Amino acid sequence: MASGTTTSLPVRGSFGQTMRADNWWVQPVLVALGLGVAVLYLNVAAFLGEYYAFGNYLSPLYSPEIFGDTPHALFGPKPSIWPEWLPWSPAFLILWAPAGFRLTCYYYRGAYYKAFLADPPNCSVGEPRQSYLGVWWKPTTWNEQSFPLIMQNLHRYFLYLALLFIALLSYDAWHALWFIDPATGEETLGLGVGTLVLTLNVILLGGYTLGCHSLRHLVGGGLDVLFDKPVRRTAHACVGCLNKRHMLFAWMSLYWVCFTDLYVRMLSMGIWTDWRIF
Amino acid sequence: MATATLEIWRGDATGGEFKEYTTELTEGMVVLDAIHQVQAEQAHDLAVRWNCKAGKCGSCSAEVNGQPKLMCMTRMGDLPTDRPITVEPMKAFPLVKDLVTDVSWNDEVKKRIKPFKPRPPDFEDGSWEMHQSDIDRVQEFRKCIECYLCQDVCHVLREHHMHDEFIGPRFLVYNAALEMHPLDTEDRREDLRKSQGIGLCNITKCCTTVCPEGITITDNAIIPLKERVVDQAYDPVRKLIQLVTGR
Ligand code: SF4
Ligand code: SF4
Ligand code: FES
Ligand code: FES
Repeated sequence: MASGTTTSLPVRGSFGQTMRADNWWVQPVLVALGLGVAVLYLNVAAFLGEYYAFGNYLSPLYSPEIFGDTPHALFGPKPSIWPEWLPWSPAFLILWAPAGFRLTCYYYRGAYYKAFLADPPNCSVGEPRQSYLGVWWKPTTWNEQSFPLIMQNLHRYFLYLALLFIALLSYDAWHALWFIDPATGEETLGLGVGTLVLTLNVILLGGYTLGCHSLRHLVGGGLDVLFDKPVRRTAHACVGCLNKRHMLFAWMSLYWVCFTDLYVRMLSMGIWTDWRIF
Repeated sequence: MATATLEIWRGDATGGEFKEYTTELTEGMVVLDAIHQVQAEQAHDLAVRWNCKAGKCGSCSAEVNGQPKLMCMTRMGDLPTDRPITVEPMKAFPLVKDLVTDVSWNDEVKKRIKPFKPRPPDFEDGSWEMHQSDIDRVQEFRKCIECYLCQDVCHVLREHHMHDEFIGPRFLVYNAALEMHPLDTEDRREDLRKSQGIGLCNITKCCTTVCPEGITITDNAIIPLKERVVDQAYDPVRKLIQLVTGR
């Protein structure tokens, strides 16, 4: 507090203390559940390491399949140098990139700081800890200007990777239009429910990625004068438009990516059948 | 006659308590009207700060049912009357008396922010060329009425009392208004990072939720500033490019 003030600040509230009359705890609990369920599913699906492809469909959790046993694999089967004792799944090679992108996303940061660190549990609700000093060996006092959370500032690097993934997943959606005719062995154009599932997946992931705050900054937000740069001005406006719905796309794309994996998985396990529209 | 029960915080920095007052409700009444009515009829020494009664001066900030609000813009009719309505002073500033807090810390903070520094005029008559599309962005920030409700709700100030390290959302908005101004040539990024604590904001958006002017504080001011700070201090590739090109 500035020197010269004779009165002192009000006493801090204790954890959960508030005069709010509404059910303020519902939102953080829903976020914690929503994130918890998705992260659990994604982990299980990644560790399974099988049933991730069905014909021309490839689960987005396994794309690109750098090494693996399906025809989608870019460089053949699991490399022999992979240590025996280390669990293997083609998803391990790639999933860190989208995971890092979401973990450092401005929307998710705010959401999980509230839901998991209770910092704060919700607006104008007392916190469990007073300290916010950022000592790295005390994970209860982290803030974004000291290690480890200062690393959140690298979000834009994950963005670059995420943009690459959008291109790869778009290719997968395109590939999902081409079915092998079992009689002739030839590729023919077709449309299955799986094609739609994979296409919607790229659209939602695109909506999320292209609404990123770092992208908004990079395409034009970092400049003060844009009137003489029509391309950047338009790009800034477009990203800004998606950015307004960033939270919505964050949730829709997170759950749709899980569902897309589930869909391909169920087909591959023979539990569901893929309806062909043509 | 319909009535409402108000629980109003009475006291000063040494202590206090909620006191209950029942007062008559009239059509279109706002919380500030009810407080004035209580002051006129039952508690002449009740301290409350106000000025415009139109949501424009930013004086009547308080916490109504635990939510930071302008009392003059909060309708009694929108609050549940089946239980008492609580009215308290803001929590992030020292209490003077009853509903009045000492917000002078904010004035001190403002003085620390580097002022507007325009480029030399574009024309001989001393004027500049600016385009509306470039000024739209900062115009949002100029709507601020300095009610300090965002400062009040921000947990870095409210819960962690880091007034020495963190300037709060209001002054991040102020920084953004200057920093993104098409004519401004000053660089405030180093200050933002080092002495103004932009890294302490954990983007939990409570400030945006309470702003009576509807300023998108977190998304449009704080995060874009954080990105500019990344440019200046945390982006290794950009640093390298700067080293090589000297720009
Ligand atoms: S978003 Fe940042 S400035 Fe706004 S209330 Fe949260 S921590 Fe404070
Ligand atoms: S930014 Fe909004 S909440 Fe904060 S002081 Fe200005 S008007 Fe009030
Ligand atoms: S801010 Fe959410 S993805 Fe970049
Ligand atoms: S009295 Fe001016 S804003 Fe409420």
